[in-house]
Amino acid sequence: MHNKTLSELSDALKAGEFSSSELTRSYLDRIASLDPQVNAYISVAEQSAMAAAKAADKLIAAGKASPLTGIPLAQKDIFCTEGVKTSCGSKMLDNFISPYNATVIENFNAAGAVMLGKTNMDEFAMGSSNETSFYGAVKNPWDINKVPGGSSGGSAAVVAAQLAPAATGTDTGGSIRQPASLCGITGLKPTYGRVSRYGMIAFASSLDQAGPMTRTAEDAAMMLNCMAGFDERDSTSVQRDVPDYTATLSDSLEGLKIGLPKEYFDEGLDAQVGQAVEAAIREYENLGAIVKEISLPNTHLAVPTYYVVAPAECSSNLSRFDGVRFGYRCEDPVDLEDLYKRSRGEGFGAEVKRRIMIGAYALSAGYYDAYYLKAQQLRRLISDDFSRAFEEVDVIMGPTAPGPAFGIGEKSDDPITMYLSDIYTIAANLAGLPGMSVPAGFVNDMPVGLQIIGNYFDESRLLNIAHRYQQVTDWHMRVPDQFK
Amino acid sequence: MSLTQDDVKKIAHLARLSINENDIPAYEKELSNILGLVEQMSAVDTTGVVPMAHPLDMAQRLREDVVSETDHREQYQDIAPSVEDGLYLVPQVIE
Repeated sequence: MHNKTLSELSDALKAGEFSSSELTRSYLDRIASLDPQVNAYISVAEQSAMAAAKAADKLIAAGKASPLTGIPLAQKDIFCTEGVKTSCGSKMLDNFISPYNATVIENFNAAGAVMLGKTNMDEFAMGSSNETSFYGAVKNPWDINKVPGGSSGGSAAVVAAQLAPAATGTDTGGSIRQPASLCGITGLKPTYGRVSRYGMIAFASSLDQAGPMTRTAEDAAMMLNCMAGFDERDSTSVQRDVPDYTATLSDSLEGLKIGLPKEYFDEGLDAQVGQAVEAAIREYENLGAIVKEISLPNTHLAVPTYYVVAPAECSSNLSRFDGVRFGYRCEDPVDLEDLYKRSRGEGFGAEVKRRIMIGAYALSAGYYDAYYLKAQQLRRLISDDFSRAFEEVDVIMGPTAPGPAFGIGEKSDDPITMYLSDIYTIAANLAGLPGMSVPAGFVNDMPVGLQIIGNYFDESRLLNIAHRYQQVTDWHMRVPDQFK
Repeated sequence: MSLTQDDVKKIAHLARLSINENDIPAYEKELSNILGLVEQMSAVDTTGVVPMAHPLDMAQRLREDVVSETDHREQYQDIAPSVEDGLYLVPQVIE
C-alpha cells in the first residue's frame, strides 16, 4: 500500500481494495518500525488517526468521499492541532496542546483526511538542515549521515521514506523546496496569501506560506486543492477563486518560454547539480519548450535582505512567548523581567536566539532605516527583477539548492554557510512568488531538485510543467532501498 | 559592522533573553558575522525606491464590526502555566 501515490490510494479506497482503517494501520506500523531510523515524526497520533480512518470508511461506504477522504497525511508540527501537541520543534512549546486547529488542518479534516502525526522541523522553522530541532536532527532517508534539509525536513523525510503518502510544509525562505530537493520529493510553495496562515505558528509573517510536499506533482495538485482558499481569519489571505489544480496537469508545454537566470548558474553552484538541472531543461526542450537566458541582477542581495526582514519579523512574532499564557515557564522567577528572560532564554535554542537578537537590533531605535527599511527597498528591487523577467518568459528554472544534502554537523557551527543553502529559494519568498522543487536526478547517490518559479497565482502552470516532466522521467518515483 | 560584548548584552536585554555569560563571545562573533553579511545592502543606492512591506502590495482588509469570536477563556487558561480565579499569575509587579 505504501508504494502508491495519493491518486492511486484515493482510487483504491473508493474501489474497496482496502479500507482507510487498514491503510492507516499499515502506515502507523511502518512509522513504528522505521521512523526511529530518520527521527522524522515528533508526535504520532495513533488514536485520533484510527478514529478518523473509521469515520472516513463510513463516508466512503456512503458514497460521500472526496478525493482525500481516508488518505493518511503527515502535518508539519508548525500547524496548530487541537488535542495533539504542537511543538514547532521547540522546548518552548514542548507542553503546548493547541485549543484550536489551523485552517489548513480544518480543511483536511473537512475533506475526511487522516492525520498520522506531526513532523519534525527546525525550531520555529529557522534552519536549513533540521538540526535546530529540540527533538533532535532528522536524518535523510537516502543517507542517514546526511541532513534532509530544512525547515520542513521531517515532512520531506516521511514522504521520501514512505512513512506517509504526502505531507504539509511551510516555506519562509525555501523550507519546502530545499528539503524537497535534498530528499528527492516534490514540493510546492504557493503564492503568498494563497493558503491561510491562520493557526500556522508565525515566523516571518510577510514571507510565510504553507504548501504540499508529495511524491508527484499530481499529488501536490490534489493537496493544494484542499489547502488553498480565502480565509477571513488570515488578514493577508487573498480573495481569489481556487482553480482545480488537477484539471490542467496534462496541458501541452509546446511553446512554453523558460527563463534561465544566469545568476543561478554561477560559481556558487555544484557543477554536477548544474549538469542535472541542464539535463532537465533539455527534457523540457524535447517537450516543446523554448529556453532563454535571462538576468535577475539583484540575486546576490536576496540573502542579506532576507536576514534582515525575517529576523526582524521573527523578533516581533516570537515576543508572544513570554512564559505567561502558554508554553514553557522557568522555575521560580524572582520578578517579571526574570520570568520573561529566563523562560525565553531557556525555552529557545541557539539559532532562534540569534535571529531574535538580529531582529531586535535591526528594529532598535536609530537602526530601523538602515536595516528594515533598507531591506524593504531591496525587496522591491528583487521583486522588480522578476516582474521584468516575466514580461519575457512564462516560468523561471534553475537549481533548488546549490548542492546535494550535506553531512549532519557539517555546517551547523557556521550560520552564514548554512544561510547560503537557501541562496536560490529566498528570492521567491521576498517577491511572494510561487516556486516548486521537482526531483531531477542524483549526484553521488543523493537527490537533487529542479526549481521552477512562476508568476503570481500560476500554481496550475507550475504543477502542469512538473507533471509533464514526471511523465517522461522517474526520478520522483525512486525510493531508498531500506524504505522500499 | 562589528558588535561588542556590551552590545550583545544590550540586545539580549531588548529581546528579553537571558543568555549565559560563557556564550557571549560566541554571540558576539556570530551576530557580527551576520551583520557583516547584511552589510552588503548598504552598497546599493535605494534613493526613491518605495519600500515593499507586502509581496502583493495589498491594503489591509476591513471587516464588519460584529462579534465573530466565541468565548474560549477556559480552554485558553487550561494551557497556561499558572492561573487563579480566571487570572494569569506572574511574580508581583507592584509593591
